[in-house]
Amino acid sequence: MKILVCISHVPDTTSKINFTNNNASFDTSGVQFIINPYDEFGLTRALWIKEKQGGSVTVATVGTNLTEPTIRKALAIGADDAIRIDAEATDAFFVAKQLAALVQENAYDMVICGQESIDYNGGQVPGMLAALLNWPFVNSCTRLELEGTTATVTREIDGRKETSTAALPIVIGGKKGLVEEKDLRIPNMRGIMTARTKPLTVRAAVDATKHTHVLRFDKPAAKAAVKLIDKENVAELVRLLHEEAKVI
Amino acid sequence: MSVIIFAETWEGKFKKATFEAVSYGARVAASLGTETIALTIGNLNDDAVVLGKYGASKTITVQGDYANFSNATYANIINQVAAQQGATMIIVSGTSNGKSLAPALSVNFDAALITNATALPESTSALSVQRSVFSSKGLALFQSESAKTVITIVPNAIGVAEVVGAGAVESAQVNTDGNIRAFAIDKIDRVSGKIPLPEAELVVSAGRGMKAPENWNIIEELATELGAATACSKPVSDIGWRPHSEHVGQTGIQINPNLYIAVGISGAIQHLAGVSASKKIVVINTDPEAPFFKAADYGIVGDAFDVVPKLTAAIKAYKANN
Repeated sequence: MKILVCISHVPDTTSKINFTNNNASFDTSGVQFIINPYDEFGLTRALWIKEKQGGSVTVATVGTNLTEPTIRKALAIGADDAIRIDAEATDAFFVAKQLAALVQENAYDMVICGQESIDYNGGQVPGMLAALLNWPFVNSCTRLELEGTTATVTREIDGRKETSTAALPIVIGGKKGLVEEKDLRIPNMRGIMTARTKPLTVRAAVDATKHTHVLRFDKPAAKAAVKLIDKENVAELVRLLHEEAKVI
Repeated sequence: MSVIIFAETWEGKFKKATFEAVSYGARVAASLGTETIALTIGNLNDDAVVLGKYGASKTITVQGDYANFSNATYANIINQVAAQQGATMIIVSGTSNGKSLAPALSVNFDAALITNATALPESTSALSVQRSVFSSKGLALFQSESAKTVITIVPNAIGVAEVVGAGAVESAQVNTDGNIRAFAIDKIDRVSGKIPLPEAELVVSAGRGMKAPENWNIIEELATELGAATACSKPVSDIGWRPHSEHVGQTGIQINPNLYIAVGISGAIQHLAGVSASKKIVVINTDPEAPFFKAADYGIVGDAFDVVPKLTAAIKAYKANN
């Protein structure tokens, strides 16, 4: 079982988000970067599959050399090797084309991505990659089981739970549920030591067009100060919600 | 030229988000000076003509056994109809299914994809649309560099607009016998018969301040009285008090209802990232220093077990008088 786990290098969840360069760029100064949380669930799931069925887990990212500490962390968690495609990840279609080229050269049985990255929240790369490969794709996947070469997946949406099957190879857009939060692997000392010597291959980007670019960033409008209502007077809150906020 | 809107249905009925998507598409088509075409897939229990009320000049129905959603098959059908209609833009609501099919659609349609749009295009000559980024902590104006574009819109971000006039309804033929590789649905379990969270207008949410899962009845009662969906914070779903499908926040569901009532949730930055786009936020917390109050429009400092039943009663009284 050869599994490719695609990871994004994203600002830590507690980061303050600011823009610079006349609002044309995200300000990375003082920002800690982490493995995209959605991708971490898929990485741990991939390691479990490998430990049960044998095979290998490769992590891939599209990014500059600034992403290498994040890649090394994935190796410390337990991936066998890593591939960095050397380009700035600014457009989802460009990224999907890079990953598709990588997958087409290697006989992966499965690609696991997070359903979205917490920076741009586009949720585009996994579905585009599946479409480029013409592989079955499931998004918002909360369960993944393998029986031979058949994958059974679950997605929980809109008050219902869908269980589906497909033959490998497949692409997964995963989230919490692939493994539970408490089961997420974290790097231990041995993992950190061995990660230093695991292979991290840098690969040149293939030619691909970009379909979008950002013209300008903005911060959402600031909220006005909170209006506090006495706890003995909840009827006043109802009146405000109706007359002032007009939401009920 | 035309703008196609995927008119999503659930059990044969149009979703509310569909009316919003059609309204959006009609306004984009008006600024492009092109036709607004809504497209439904599968058998309908609603009258397709209703989409005319939201600005569809024409509604195309693709009949067939498509009751079970498949991202690849749906994307293939939409692409075929878009080609038949000479579309240059496709609008999809950012529902769970919309998000699943839009990437494949953009690849098939050779179009740029802009997801999570929160406003009408700023420009339609060189198409640019504002969308939410960094888990609602930022907004970005994205420009399409392709002659064709697929846009998904954040449900409940833009609203519906009714117009005068009715559109025509016609059916289209498509061929889905090709080599489409997709997951096949074996089983659908209803988790609950409740309002789907991503599209809810009103949401009542609670966190660890509720102390135990059996205390959720007062939250459920408030939600029922309001006609709201229920949600929860991450710690509460992690310890299994509530299902993951209710977890709102940075790594859960991101929502933007008209009203978000947060009970016993302190307001960690990761939680705010999932809910700060809500139009109005009410925070009920015993701790006056809870960071959530800074992000709230209205707040009550008090014990949930005291305040929430009173609020439910006050809403009931208000409804009786209005």
